[in-house]
Amino acid sequence: MGEKSSLIQIKGIRDGLLVTLTGADWPELVAAFIENIESRAAFFQGGRVVLDVGSQDLRVAELSKLRDDLSERGVSLWAVLSESKLTERTAQNLGLATRLSKPHLSEAIAKAEQTLPEGAAKWVKGPIRSGAKIDYDGNVVVMGDVNSGAEIIAGGSVIVWGRLRGVVHAGAQGDQTAVVCALELAPTQLRIAGEIAISPKKQAKPQPEVARLQDGQLEAEPWHAGTGR
Amino acid sequence: MTAKVVTVASGKGGVGKTTSVANIAVALASRGQKVTCIDGDIGLRNLDVILGLENRIVYDLVDVIEGRCRLRQAMIRDKRLPELYLIPAAQTRDKSAVSPSDMVRLCDELRPEVDWILIDSPAGIERGFKNAIAASDRVLVLTNPEVSAVRDADRVIGILDAEGKGPASLIINRLNPAMVRRGDMLSVEDVLDLLAIELIGIVPEDENIIVASNRGQPLAFDGKIKAGLAFQNIARRLMGEKVPFIDLEPQNVFQRLLGRK
Repeated sequence: MGEKSSLIQIKGIRDGLLVTLTGADWPELVAAFIENIESRAAFFQGGRVVLDVGSQDLRVAELSKLRDDLSERGVSLWAVLSESKLTERTAQNLGLATRLSKPHLSEAIAKAEQTLPEGAAKWVKGPIRSGAKIDYDGNVVVMGDVNSGAEIIAGGSVIVWGRLRGVVHAGAQGDQTAVVCALELAPTQLRIAGEIAISPKKQAKPQPEVARLQDGQLEAEPWHAGTGR
Repeated sequence: MTAKVVTVASGKGGVGKTTSVANIAVALASRGQKVTCIDGDIGLRNLDVILGLENRIVYDLVDVIEGRCRLRQAMIRDKRLPELYLIPAAQTRDKSAVSPSDMVRLCDELRPEVDWILIDSPAGIERGFKNAIAASDRVLVLTNPEVSAVRDADRVIGILDAEGKGPASLIINRLNPAMVRRGDMLSVEDVLDLLAIELIGIVPEDENIIVASNRGQPLAFDGKIKAGLAFQNIARRLMGEKVPFIDLEPQNVFQRLLGRK
């Protein structure tokens, strides 16, 4: 076991401070936590704490003592996160929350970090008017029209739920698998990765289309439900 | 009285901002409203000509802002409509002579005196435009039914939204119904579809506008001419009335061909 402070991880979250206590016996963890609070009283003063205790089994006596110790030092404990059923029940008995508004927080963060490159998308409400520019590393979703004179540059794919008439560049960092789709695909200029194309003549009856790179060629195809494309 | 400050802007030049301001001002004033127009196009002033007040300018907007005269002294009263005033732009200076906060101060001083302050914005989206919208409560975006003008209007609407001056209202100027029918001009629906803002006026193209501008006698004095009527309707809509849009359908084109009556 290393230094005492390494037993404790503190992170600011929307709901207050998330304190993770793992890697040692409960009394040792509590002692380290209390010591930490006392050494930084100003920081903790009036704080709301969510405790993540991992798989520790805790009983009412242990948890209520900690709660009292914390409240003596001006810190309120309002939630306890645990994988242990016993601890969870203990916390519930003490009237503490056992869940944050989101699923288990540390898991959620880990998941987001793993999937960021393809999972993240910038959501933009339209219309995107002439002169506006949206530049984003990931995918871009526009709810509304993209008027001519507007520009969308995305590291990933671009989806426009509306008419796309401005300049659009998907896969701007070279991603050749990026696609551009729109309910009406009529961009001034369409770029995917390094390829550039100009929209053909206006269609009489616009329909949803998907543009992608196929064998180095930019191709747009009508989108049909059920084709799985 | 607390004036409403209304700015007319377009981005693109030559679409009819100044003519529209003059006509809307005349239309409001002829309905008994007290109106002051401010020409925001410093260095390229025109509103005085279109209103026919050119030869009466002594002081101008920059004189007021730089303290060479009182506000009242720069307000030129129209002899035809005693409730209509013009604050002309300086012709010998440029846009940098005025700042947005100057405009806000000026309009605040004017607000208790009148019902309407109409500001004629210069073309472009730079300093002059920023000055013109600084004090405005409402912006009327003017466009012609052509692709370049509509694109500039789109840009202006975007800027207005970003500056918290939206939502703007739209005037479509110089609509030629015959060309629209032939499919050679964007229709009102096309323009609205693109710009997606509230429509406050449709003004048909009319040669008489040019004659009227040259004479300094805005068309809105005469409600018999369709373009003049269109501006009167805009004024009424500004005042909160519900006015249907004028019918620009074929039978009227015949009337136009046969000479207006």
